[in-house]
Amino acid sequence: MIQRILLGEKDIKVTLERLACQLVENHGDFKNTVLIGIQPRGTIVADRIKAILSESYGLSDVELGYLDITFFRDDFRRREDPIEANKTMIDFLVEGKNVVFIDDVLFSGRTVRAALTAIQSFGRPENVELLVLVDRRFSRSLPIQPDYSGRKVDAYLEEKVVLKWREYDDIDGVYFELKND
Amino acid sequence: MSQLSVDHLLGIKGLKREDIELIFSTADHFKEVINRPIKKVPSLRDLTIANLFFENSTRTRLSFEIAEKRLSADVVNFSASSSSVSKGETLIDTVKNILSMKVDMVVMRHPNPGAGVFLSKHIDARIVNAGDGSHEHPTQALLDTYSIREKLGNVEGKKVVIVGDILHSRVAISNIYALNLLGAEVMVCGPSTLLPKYIHTLGVKVETDLRKALEWADVANMLRVQHERQDLKYFPSIREYTQMYGVNMEMLNSLDKDVVIMHPGPINRGVEITSEVADSDKSIILNQVENGVAIRMAVLYLLASKIKR
Repeated sequence: MIQRILLGEKDIKVTLERLACQLVENHGDFKNTVLIGIQPRGTIVADRIKAILSESYGLSDVELGYLDITFFRDDFRRREDPIEANKTMIDFLVEGKNVVFIDDVLFSGRTVRAALTAIQSFGRPENVELLVLVDRRFSRSLPIQPDYSGRKVDAYLEEKVVLKWREYDDIDGVYFELKND
Repeated sequence: MSQLSVDHLLGIKGLKREDIELIFSTADHFKEVINRPIKKVPSLRDLTIANLFFENSTRTRLSFEIAEKRLSADVVNFSASSSSVSKGETLIDTVKNILSMKVDMVVMRHPNPGAGVFLSKHIDARIVNAGDGSHEHPTQALLDTYSIREKLGNVEGKKVVIVGDILHSRVAISNIYALNLLGAEVMVCGPSTLLPKYIHTLGVKVETDLRKALEWADVANMLRVQHERQDLKYFPSIREYTQMYGVNMEMLNSLDKDVVIMHPGPINRGVEITSEVADSDKSIILNQVENGVAIRMAVLYLLASKIKR
């Protein structure tokens, strides 16, 4: 297996700081804006963004929720193994709010499609935006594009973009992986 | 594990412990879903489920129907009293006719033990047993053990006494299997005429003195006396049954610990438990009903995931 590094620990830090800064430019004091991390791994990006907003911009009470989209997927009964669900934790309504979806990698766009349906269970948002750390452009199956993207990546379909996080893997990093067989 | 080991839910007996744990963890997610402002997910939107109730039911039928609708399945209902069963049609014919209308899953309650197993051998649809005679009622046992887990944190090592008409109760049998699988200690308590002769072979303790049973237990599951299944007189009078096996507040307060009171419903108030007990904070009867929807959503979702397109 060939593996090469795309973003190291420091790159990720700088990228997330830039993304947080862009959010502040558009959302100011976050009075009417909520962050929604998409399970499973968008939640880590969302946690980090929230921490930066609090430390660098003094925005300590930005509302953050986690949304699981398992039951809204469009590939139920088309996979060999069903996917196990994760926790949804949204203890506020999004009615009339600006919602920022946060995910780690944007690939086909199907997760975001499901998230757009799933979020409706918590009200009708005024606005929905999408923030991703890695945007695998040219691999979209649906007309969905990010509003904020950390790094645009052109990868072969057979290539995997793998994200590692301190919370799970002891290290932060974004890697390309290609099976050579 | 993210897949059930069975294709139908016919009873607890065929399940593994991992199956029950998977159903519980899936039900946790559905419990969150049914407490949302909009309580619906689209998972089963392309499936049709037939609820075939050849025997009366309020709670179970409503609970299944709500679970199906929360999963966005299409639902058709059938009850024996208003159907061709009274014209002499056989079970297989009835079900085959319904399946010809392209039904994917069948939820069935039937007065004959083994009706679900029989059907699963003859038709091509996922079957959920919603009670077959005095045999099994798996979703009830799942929601009962799930409610114990929710209230006490764990089922393993807990002491559960099932009180009342064990002889005619599918709830008791399914509960015994489920509690044994999950590592709880089980006791049955009731008049000896209502305890099956070979009940000890299921690995349960037997006690005929209610007070001793409650002193032992963490949880008491109070069953209704099933007059409709009793062909003989098993005890002299309801009044005497209540005096010997009815739970009241006075008795619970005289114990030096808390016992969680459960009941699968329907309650005969003043017979197996007093109204005061049923409505007290010792009882988790209404939690059981709420959990029933989440458990049935989990069972239907997991079985549906095995229907390939």
